[in-house]
Amino acid sequence: MSAPTTATPVPQPAAPAKPLLAVRDVTLRFGGLTSLDHVDLTVDRGAILAVIGPNGAGKTSLFNCLTGVYTPQLGTIEFTADGTTTQLVTGSARRRRSRKPHVVNRIGVARTFQNIRLFAALSAFDNVKIAAETRHRTGPVGAMLGLPNARANDAKTDALTEELLDFVALRSVADEVASSLSYGVQRRLEIARALATSPSLLLLDEPAAGTNPTEKRELERLIRRINTERGVTVLLIEHDMRLVMSVADEVTVLNFGKVIARGRPAQVQRDPAVVEAYLGTADE
Amino acid sequence: MSHVGGLPIRVRRSRKVDPRLVRLFGWLVLGALLRLMTVTAEGTSTDHLLVIDAAFKSTALIGWLVAGLVVWVLTELWHARKVGALVTARTTGVRQQWHAVAGRALSRRAALLAVVVAAIVLPQFLSEFYQRVLVDQVAVFVLLAVGLNVVVGWAGLLDLGYVAFFAIGAYTCAYFTGALPVTPLFTLNPFVVLPVAVVVCLVAGLLLGAPTLRLRGDYLAIVTLGFHEIVQLFLVNKNNWTGGNQGVSRPVPHFTINLLGIHYKWTLASLPYWFLFIGMLAIVVILFSRLEHSKVGRSWTAVREDEVAAAANGVPTVKYKLMAFAIGASTSGLAGVLYASRLGYINPASFPVVLSISVLSYVIFGGMGSIIGVIAGSALLTFLPAVFQEQNIVRQEDIPMWIGAILVTMMLFRPQGLIPSRRRKRELRLASEGVADADAMSEAPEGRTG
Repeated sequence: MSAPTTATPVPQPAAPAKPLLAVRDVTLRFGGLTSLDHVDLTVDRGAILAVIGPNGAGKTSLFNCLTGVYTPQLGTIEFTADGTTTQLVTGSARRRRSRKPHVVNRIGVARTFQNIRLFAALSAFDNVKIAAETRHRTGPVGAMLGLPNARANDAKTDALTEELLDFVALRSVADEVASSLSYGVQRRLEIARALATSPSLLLLDEPAAGTNPTEKRELERLIRRINTERGVTVLLIEHDMRLVMSVADEVTVLNFGKVIARGRPAQVQRDPAVVEAYLGTADE
Repeated sequence: MSHVGGLPIRVRRSRKVDPRLVRLFGWLVLGALLRLMTVTAEGTSTDHLLVIDAAFKSTALIGWLVAGLVVWVLTELWHARKVGALVTARTTGVRQQWHAVAGRALSRRAALLAVVVAAIVLPQFLSEFYQRVLVDQVAVFVLLAVGLNVVVGWAGLLDLGYVAFFAIGAYTCAYFTGALPVTPLFTLNPFVVLPVAVVVCLVAGLLLGAPTLRLRGDYLAIVTLGFHEIVQLFLVNKNNWTGGNQGVSRPVPHFTINLLGIHYKWTLASLPYWFLFIGMLAIVVILFSRLEHSKVGRSWTAVREDEVAAAANGVPTVKYKLMAFAIGASTSGLAGVLYASRLGYINPASFPVVLSISVLSYVIFGGMGSIIGVIAGSALLTFLPAVFQEQNIVRQEDIPMWIGAILVTMMLFRPQGLIPSRRRKRELRLASEGVADADAMSEAPEGRTG
């Protein structure tokens, strides 16, 4: 086909650009408990978006729906990257299925965990390298025979790993065992590991939990750099209001599984519903 | 030890016996008990104390007590050495430690070379009996253990039906060499059967793994156990194909080479088979150790340590588990071909479930995840019993008991195995501290995502 037809995907600027992530009407129940109640969320390319809400509001459940750990009973999740749109929840109404976590990761969604989940017995370097390697096609035969292709891939991942460790300023602890690192450092390492899969969207689940004020300021800078230098869109769950207010372009507030407010940080902060549900009762 | 405390403390202190003496007493009691367990006299209806008499009123008891004493001295020295090492480690600088590490790597390589040379040279000086043990027991089990290590040690999956693939390999060999009642499509030299059996077992591993690897822990173990039963029942009951309980109808031929002017025929002599086995083993070990330090090996570690995190970072966990399963199965099949051709005769009884468990225990004894450890462990646990049996120190039917005792002792004092892999050792330590996970089986699919 030489002449472009309407059926072929046209370059993005021309089309009404789909958002990177569109969550529509997502409902997740565990038995009688409704964890997410008709949640809508749109993440635009290049933004830093925060999801806040009191404990048990369904923030992590939302992340788990996005990354294929849970399957919501209702609603659609649409992810658009590199011109292709993928439905993250598929199947009929009777038998709904989420994309497998590794598939979700492959199409460009990376995440970190609320309670750090590094490969504790491996070095910092290997932690990042494992994630970077999943992007290459080296198989067992290539690895066993040490084929040129496998070696080239290995060298490439080594380079990427080093670059990322530099990016989060952890080059000096590359050979340390992950479990021996301090909490804040482990958080940064987990972010580096997530970035190693070259995502378009990075989900950070309470990255500032358990870090000290200095580390929080570093984290703030790191999140901005991830956004600007690497062009990664960031979706962030956070309790630390200072961090959220300074780093996020937009804030969505969840309470009992429902979206109760969204908007610019300053706007949300003044919203009476939010104040009542969250800020008013928080100790901060 | 100064007695600065009050009176009650001093009383308690003064009654405390030196732990070393307690340990000595323990070892001596253990020696006496072992003497009692290994006594060959059998009781009669009139003399109820005959066994005890025979055990303790003989000079053999002294031997056991001396053995206990020797073990005590060795363990105390070991303790002292460890304490000493701790002290020196604190005082030596980084540079010295680096030298020590470099030296260790060098000496490791030298030790490896020495073992290989010994494996080639030494068996020639052994008697025919020991040569036979080396081939029929040591070589077969080492190969099996190295394969099972991929499944258990690297991917962290518990496979209790491992020997089923050994049987499939052996019967594949029997089929393609025309030893079974059915006429094969084409007859092959055992050498050519090797890759065929590897592929057959690979496929069998995939067939078993695909539906079952989503299961976890105990469930997977039960399914593999069931798979073993299915294979064995098939071999027993499909008389007209497999020869049933009688086994193969014609002997499985030996290996022959007829290539590029080289003509060689393996015979009943053990030594040529030994070289064949260690040749195969060398190939497998080289391939596997490359695998261990590659993307595949690292991905296995990731799956083993934290399946949820691995999947969230793009590792297709089921695919990697399946891969480990298939690679293990094909190694087992390879061993099966060698075994069938070496013995010439196989029947379903050659592949009992106990064999799977033995191989598993060798892997655990040697040190899960460490190729060298697994080789050393399985070689020791297969060769030593034969030596003891030949020297009439231990009776054949007691051997499983001894191996069991050794395993229990090992798990109590050195759960990481004889020569553990560094990663595995760290994992075990972290798991015991409750920080991390040491296998791919103990966690719910959603995990602790909070």
